[in-house]
Parts: sequence; C-alpha cells; structure tokens
Amino acid sequence: MVSPNTDLAYDSKIEGDIIVSRLDSVVNWIRTNSMWPMPMGLACCAIELMSSAGARFDISRFGAEVMRFSPRQSDCMIVAGTVTYKMAPHLRRIYDQMAEPKWVIAMGACASSGGMYRSYATLQGVDRIVPVDVYVSGCPPRPEALLDALIKLQNKVKRTPSFKNLTA
Amino acid sequence: MATEFTVPDVAAKTAAAANQEFETEKMSLAMGPSHPSTHGVLRLQLELDGETVTHCAPVLGYLHRGDEKIAENMTYNQFVPYTDRLDYLAPLASNAAYAAAVEKLANLEVPARVQAIRVITSEMARVSSHLMGLGAYGIDVGAWSVFFYCFTEREKLYTLFEELTGARFTTSYSRIGGVSRDVPEGWTDKVVAFCDQFLPILEEILKLLTRNKIFMDRTVDVGTISAADAISYGLSGPNLRGSGVKSDLRKDRPYWGYEQYDFEVPVGSKGDCYDRYLCRGEEMRQSISIITQAIAIFPAGSYYAEDARRIFAPKKAKILSSMEELINNFMIVTEGPQMPAGEAYFEAENPKGTLGFFIVSKSGGVPWRMKIRGPSFCNLSILPKVCQDELVSDVVSILGSLDFVMGECDR
Amino acid sequence: MTAIASDADVTASLQAKFPAATLRPSVDHPAVNVPMGEVIAVLQWLRDEQGFDYCVDVTAIDWAEDVSPRFTAVWHAYSTTGHRYVRVAADCTDDENPSVPTATGLWAAADWHERETFDLMGIHFEGHPDLRRILMWDGYPHHPLRKDFPLAGIETELPDIEVAEETQAKVIAAPMAGGPFVASSKGEVNMTDAEPRAKDESWNEQTPKPE
Repeated sequence: MVSPNTDLAYDSKIEGDIIVSRLDSVVNWIRTNSMWPMPMGLACCAIELMSSAGARFDISRFGAEVMRFSPRQSDCMIVAGTVTYKMAPHLRRIYDQMAEPKWVIAMGACASSGGMYRSYATLQGVDRIVPVDVYVSGCPPRPEALLDALIKLQNKVKRTPSFKNLTA
Repeated sequence: MATEFTVPDVAAKTAAAANQEFETEKMSLAMGPSHPSTHGVLRLQLELDGETVTHCAPVLGYLHRGDEKIAENMTYNQFVPYTDRLDYLAPLASNAAYAAAVEKLANLEVPARVQAIRVITSEMARVSSHLMGLGAYGIDVGAWSVFFYCFTEREKLYTLFEELTGARFTTSYSRIGGVSRDVPEGWTDKVVAFCDQFLPILEEILKLLTRNKIFMDRTVDVGTISAADAISYGLSGPNLRGSGVKSDLRKDRPYWGYEQYDFEVPVGSKGDCYDRYLCRGEEMRQSISIITQAIAIFPAGSYYAEDARRIFAPKKAKILSSMEELINNFMIVTEGPQMPAGEAYFEAENPKGTLGFFIVSKSGGVPWRMKIRGPSFCNLSILPKVCQDELVSDVVSILGSLDFVMGECDR
Repeated sequence: MTAIASDADVTASLQAKFPAATLRPSVDHPAVNVPMGEVIAVLQWLRDEQGFDYCVDVTAIDWAEDVSPRFTAVWHAYSTTGHRYVRVAADCTDDENPSVPTATGLWAAADWHERETFDLMGIHFEGHPDLRRILMWDGYPHHPLRKDFPLAGIETELPDIEVAEETQAKVIAAPMAGGPFVASSKGEVNMTDAEPRAKDESWNEQTPKPE
C-alpha cells in the first residue's frame, strides 16, 4: 500500500535521483511494508487468517503474505484463536524465539480476553503472557478486520523511533 | 624444492568405515504444537530411527476449552454458539447435530422445511469442510495452487452462508426445534447457481491431484488402514469409508429425511491416504447432488416446530402485545427450555465423521451432563498405529489425509 | 452370531444371558444397567454375539458429591452391520476412588476415551495400558468435570515453570462476573438459584484485571 510519506523528501536543489530522509523513517518504511507474520493458528480464527491469505482478501497487498512458521524469520505474531493454559507456555516460548523487533496481534475475542470461553482451561487474554500491540474484536473477526489491524500496526511501527536506543 | 605428498588411501579408509559398527541412537522429535502440517495445535512426539518412525505418541489438549463443563452451566439454547466452534470448518453441520440431539431428548418433531434446510446447510458445510481439507492437504504434500482454488470456492460458500445466517462461519443457525430464521428470498436459486458452476471447478481441482505423479507418490500405499482396524479404533466418516467399510449414518439410520434423496456412499478399496482423498472428492459430488435434490423438493411451511413454543422465544411483536407471550419469553430466557428427564444419544454424519451428543437431563433447562463425541478425537487415536514404521515425511501425508480439526478433538 | 431383530430383542436376550442386568430408562436406544463386575463380559458378549463391533463412546456421569453411587460409567456401542446402538451403564461402587475395568482389550478405540474419562472425571480404569492425562497437562491436580470443581477453575501453577517465572502468570479462576451461566448445582433450576452459579468477583469492570 503506497501512502504519502512526509518523512521522505525529494530535494530538487541536488542534482540526480537523490532522496533525503531520516534513517528512522527509511527503516520504518522498510519494516512496515515487509512484515512477515508468524501465524499462531490455534482455533477458529486461523481459518479466517487463511481466508485473508486467499485470493479475495489477499493480505499480500500489505506486504504480509509471507507466513513463516519459523519464529526466527518472522516479525509479527498473529495469535489467532483460543489460548489454553496448556498452550500458553509454548506460545510464550515461540514469542521469545522471535527476533527483535517483534509485534503481536491478538486476533479475535478469545486471544484478546478469553472471549466466550470463561472456563478452567482457557487463558483469559493472551496479554497475560505476551505484550500485545493490536487487539482485533470479533468471533472470529472478518478478514477485513485483520487487514485493518495490520494497517494499524503498520502505522504504529511508522511512529516508533527505530534508532532510539543507539543514540542513548 | 620438491614437496613430498602422501596420497591417502581413500579406498582403504572407506572400506574401514564401512566395516566399522557405528553407534546409532534413536532421535526424539517433537512435531507441533505449532507446526504447519499438524492442522491446529496437535503435538506428535516422534521417535525416529534415521527417517523411520519407530514410535509416535500424539499429545492433545492444546485446544481443550472445557466445552462439556460449559454446557453443564448454561441452558440448552445458550450452548448453540459453542457448537459452532467444535468443528469450525463445518459449523452449520455441528449446529444441526446438536439441535437434533436435544430434539431427540425432548421428543420433538421438526417440520419438513426445517429438515430440508438442515440437509442443505449440512451438505454445504460438508463441501466447504472437504474443500478446506483438500486445500490444506495439497499444501502438505507440496501443491500450493489447490489451496487457492479451494479457497476461492469457499469464499463463494461463505457469501451464501452470510446471506443465510449473518456470519461467515460461526453461524449459530440451528435452534432447538428449528432454525433461527427462514431462508431469504432467492437464496435457493443462488445455491443452485453455485452448484452448477461448482461442479466443473471441482473436476478441475480434483484433476490437479488425482493423476498427479507427485501426489500419488506421496499418498498411494501410504498410511494404509485395514477395515478391521478402522472399526476397532472407532474411525468414522471418510476415514472409515476409505478403508472399505460402507458405513454412513445418512444411509444406515436416516435422519432429517435423508432417505428421500438419491446418493451414493463412496467406499475405498485399500484404505491408504489416496483412497481417503478419493472418498472426499466423491462425497463433494454427492453432496452437490443432495443439495440440488433438496432444493427441487424444498417444502413450504414453518421454519420452526410449532410444538417448540416452550423452547423458541416468541416473536418480538407478540412479546410486546401479549402478556402470556411476555411471560413465556421471560421463562425461556431465564430458565431455559424445559426438557424432560432422561438420556439421549444422537450422532450425525458430519464432514469429519460422526459427531455425537450424549445428553443426560434431570429435567429443567440445563443439561446435567453433556458428552460430546468428537469424530476427530477417535480418528486421531489410530495415529500411533498407522505412523509406525512410516517415513517421517509420510507422517505429514497421513495427518493431512485424516483431515481432523482440533476444536472438536479437544473440545 | 444371531441377527438382531429389534431394539427390544437386544435387551431381552441380554437379560436372559445376564440376569443381573436391569433395564435403564432411555428415550432412544436400548439401555441396560449392569453390575460393575459383569461389564466387560456384557460388552464382550455384545461385541462377539450381537455384532456391536464399534465402540462409540466411553464416558461417565457424576451425580453430585453427596449422592451415592456418585459415578456411573457409560458405554455406547454401535453395530456397523445391524445399524443399531446400545447403551450399557454401570455404577461405580467406590465414591472416593472410583474404578472401572478397562475395555481396551475389546476395542482399541476405548483407549483414548478411557484416558479422557480418567483425566476429566478421575475414574481409574483397571488394566488400562497407559492411563495418563490426555486433555489437561500432566501434573494438573484436579478433575474438571467433577461436580465439585467450579467452571471458573482453581488457581494452580502453569505447566511450564520457566515461563511461569518469566511472565509471573498463573492458572487463575476465570472471571464469571455476571456471565450467562445459570445455576445447575443440583440439576433443577429455580428462580432464586438461577443467578450466575460461579459468582466470582475476582475482577470485573470495577476491580482491575490482575497482572
């Protein structure tokens, strides 16, 4: 998705194809448009996650079609489905294995809050074990809602100073 | 100055290495619970000798959400949405199976129109579930394009589901004693139109796999299950029929008027992965045939049973105008539909196999105990036996061919 | 093997063969109560002589803590040739440590069903080759489907100690705050009990969620 990026500027006073910009915005521009998801497909929401990869919704328009099942290669974990207490430690371990920077989308009511499964076996919200960036409502959310969450996450990433820690 | 080289005697070394007894040990490999080919959160604890599986121990429960306990704590009507999430690839079929089980307990007859609607929606659910199984199986054995073909068709089905129920796949459509709303006008024509355009596409999808050399290499004679084993392990659905057991509740114990439709029950000959795939393909053709037959005779009438007045909430207009209806509505919502005491067991032939509900009622609006018999649970129980002495790459092929869903396996 | 003519024939010939068996009230399939000691013999006879070759289900019912006998084990068998179901039930004699003989020798399918019943109900299956938990994790201290276990759950440790230390997360009781759950502790619902059974106020809109 090409959006007007005010951080990038074309300087006409310098000859040649030169774009002047801040390193932060260039890095963020790269990060936002190639966000490889780690599909944590646990339950029903995983089917909508697969639908969003299908032809109609086509998540690749947002640069996030490269589903990597290896946590080492992915940037954004999409927790799609009910997280049970039995599954929670595995989820946390997979999150720990992901390389920085990393983001988490809690897709659906179950991942966000336990949803309709108020029971002894269900973790009441994945935010109890991993930090969540975007929550998506719905049971399950429609693929459009997931795409919206992805755009919201991209906007968040664009605002994040990537080199904050280097200068300190 | 000349350097002296000593030429190593490679032949002798190789011979020595060949004679030497290597110390080998078995490798333990955990596959899952987050693994692309486990179709959900299943974990297989494999013990490997080289590439051969010497022991396979499935670990389940990663999606155990406590459905049975939840059922004991809410009224019969409130549990309907939870049945969506049992087999989340075919919620319409699970809804209807649950409703039929409770109707059996209540000894309630549903009108012919409701039966026809349930048959149509269940068969559509079967098609959508098998499409999903096929698409995912294609990915498992290395054929990506099948997935996109299948999902395009599934999206068309979802559009129809959405028009009927308001949701793409968590439909909660069946109610005890009927369905939540009548079929919208013109919907059946759209279903017929879908069926007409779907059949040639189905042939195209199946053509991608059926005579595909790579696909056949991965599936023929892999994961063979004998008929006796299939029965003993309690397999059901295409997995049982793939092994040559002609068992289909729609034929053997017809419900919802299945006896009036003309359809075949496909049966495999060998019981390998390829046979199970062929069964699913043929079942989709038969389902389409059932849908068109059901629409052709689509009966008029009510979309809920008139006897179900103690179960069904009355119409909003009636509630606001009549005191008795208001009280009735209040009782249904707060106390639940009043059921007689007793025990009932009902199984429906769902896409994945026979989904059963065993309901123990002590009368009142809440079940005392509800046991859900998930077909995937039983289908998976054969894994340790069928994976024994297979190659580790074939485990992926076997898993895909069993076409399970963890929602109803772990419940 | 004799052909089965009707549902009534199943129970009639079963009672002729096993006089201790009594008819069990049922709204659908033929059902019998048998003493726990005879269960395996009855099931084997059903399988070998009556053609019930398919084990549908093995489960149990908890009739509440203060009822004796508290647990009843239930088997459903199906005949793939006769297309008929049968239900066999047997009361557990011991309410504290219920135990049932295993049917794994008859049907391989019984293996996982019995593990599940052990896991969720805490019923011990004598002679089962590998009686471990199947749905909850190993080491989970409770049996969730027992009636004295609350739906919300009981606070315990997470299955993984390292993760539990890192995240400080625990298995906590789920919030029921005004949930759609109705009273069912005794099976019958009356208006005063019909409030949410699991009235757990550990966190709701007023008190924040624990970290």
